[in-house]
Amino acid sequence: MKNLVVNPVLNKEFKLRFRNFKSYLGVLFYLLALGLIIVGFIFIESLSNNMQGFFKPDQSRTMFMVLSVLQLALILFITPGLTAGVISSERERQTLNIMLTTTQSSASIILSKLISSISYLILLIAASLPLYSFVFLFGGISPGQLLTTMGFYLFTILAFGSLGVLFSTLIRKTIVSMVTTYGVTLFLAGGTAFLALIFMQLTNAYGYTATQPTNPLAYFPAMLNPVIILISTFEPEITNEISRSTGIEFPLWVSYLISYTVIFIGAVLLSIKKLRPNMKKVK
Amino acid sequence: MIEIIDLTKRYGKITALESLNLNIEKGSVFGFVGQNGAGKTTTFSILATLLAPTSGSAYVNGYDVQKEPKLVRKQIGYMPDFFGVYDQLKADEYLHFYGASYGIPFAEREKLIPQLLDLVNLFHKRDSYVDLLSRGMKQRLCLARCLIHDPEVLILDEPASGLDPRARVEMREILKELKSMGKTILISSHILPELAEMCDTIGIIDEGKLVAQGAVADILAQLRGERLIIVKVHAGAEKAASYFEDDPHVSKMAILEDGFSFQFIYKGTPEEQTEMLKKAILNNLAITSFAEVETDLEDVFMEITKGVELT
Repeated sequence: MKNLVVNPVLNKEFKLRFRNFKSYLGVLFYLLALGLIIVGFIFIESLSNNMQGFFKPDQSRTMFMVLSVLQLALILFITPGLTAGVISSERERQTLNIMLTTTQSSASIILSKLISSISYLILLIAASLPLYSFVFLFGGISPGQLLTTMGFYLFTILAFGSLGVLFSTLIRKTIVSMVTTYGVTLFLAGGTAFLALIFMQLTNAYGYTATQPTNPLAYFPAMLNPVIILISTFEPEITNEISRSTGIEFPLWVSYLISYTVIFIGAVLLSIKKLRPNMKKVK
Repeated sequence: MIEIIDLTKRYGKITALESLNLNIEKGSVFGFVGQNGAGKTTTFSILATLLAPTSGSAYVNGYDVQKEPKLVRKQIGYMPDFFGVYDQLKADEYLHFYGASYGIPFAEREKLIPQLLDLVNLFHKRDSYVDLLSRGMKQRLCLARCLIHDPEVLILDEPASGLDPRARVEMREILKELKSMGKTILISSHILPELAEMCDTIGIIDEGKLVAQGAVADILAQLRGERLIIVKVHAGAEKAASYFEDDPHVSKMAILEDGFSFQFIYKGTPEEQTEMLKKAILNNLAITSFAEVETDLEDVFMEITKGVELT
């Protein structure tokens, strides 16, 4: 086991993470929070059913949606915290220079830093899976929907995590890198939804005419918003409404996948390029 | 082994390094002396591929630091002036991590790490957490880390800074052993006089320029050609000072704070010096003391960095 061939940075990061008691506490509190929400939701819903004390499958579906959106919010909140300090904290701790004089490639350092930081989040999500079984207990949700949601989480974590790593590489101070990453995440998760709403409202403000007015502007902030995309996987009506308003039929989730794949690749490549100084000779 | 040609580094308008030229032979120990901010760390960072020069070239074992940084990294073991360690990592795990970073297989590391820990007298601390080690131990562990991939060149930036006298002696002993192993060592230190005996050559850098380079003994002799003389009188210090200043071999005259002493640099022969003193006494100058100040390497450094030109 000990001589398992693993990337040295990844190996070290895992070792350090799980020697820290705070990591276990993190999992405990995450599950406690999620568990309390589920139990509280079931309790309140069963009370509201004319005090009959049962829980209907369609309520289970609502619970799944609430849980999924809540989990996405937690992911968007935790990802910057885990990734925005991966390089800058090594720089501040004065361990980065030594690592950079080893023969490890910049790509290997950046990718293993990204994977090691987001794997804690993946552990949190995996640990929360048994809690989701509550939903299956009451029905209303297919395993396919659960898998789609998990896949969506993984993709979103990678994309937002790569932004954190990029800022951590470009910005010297962890605190500034954190603030920048949280700012960008807030814009992508909240600001884009706000912009999409505004643009849609502006389109509708033309009033009722014989033909539905369209304006493609709202499509672009909407395709960048992970919350809109997640909800639209449960409620296709949202996608239809955006298509009607913007006149763009191209599936929103495909645009999301494409744009964040580009962001992910761009952020990772730029981080790799900027990790070490450009040694090319200036002519 | 190490060749630096016209190396220049500028940060905006500030020139950290100006046309530095240096040639260090394989297996030799080179001491780099200079005040803080003189350009030592900049030079070392460029050699360690951590910093790109503005112009000029640097080669380690024939590899260009700019064109072949990966190959240069294989050749060097770099110890920065300030470095951190990871919390909650044990000494042998620390070395395993860096060994793996150089692509050394686990089985090989298992054999190598106890030997390295033994070399730096830390074998008994192999299971201790690195952040709990004393400063001297951390420095020695860092030195062991530099050696893990058996590099030809060691670049050690102030390896003895902040160490107590005992730890300094231990560090010096380890460096002597590394020298006997045939490593080419570049070392910078403000306690160079202590390390002088193990340096084959030294270079003195001031404001980004190499002001002197050569064997320790040669540099001392160079400066000894210029003697610093302090003269004490019981009255008329200014008159006496102006008398001595008329001598063509006297320069850098300065009256000291007590008002009864003055110092100057004398470049003449010992015979000329005797003659000058004889004439001064015959001229009724109230001299109570005429003393040559002993110079050691530290004085050489202080004098040179004050701007005294070598002959």
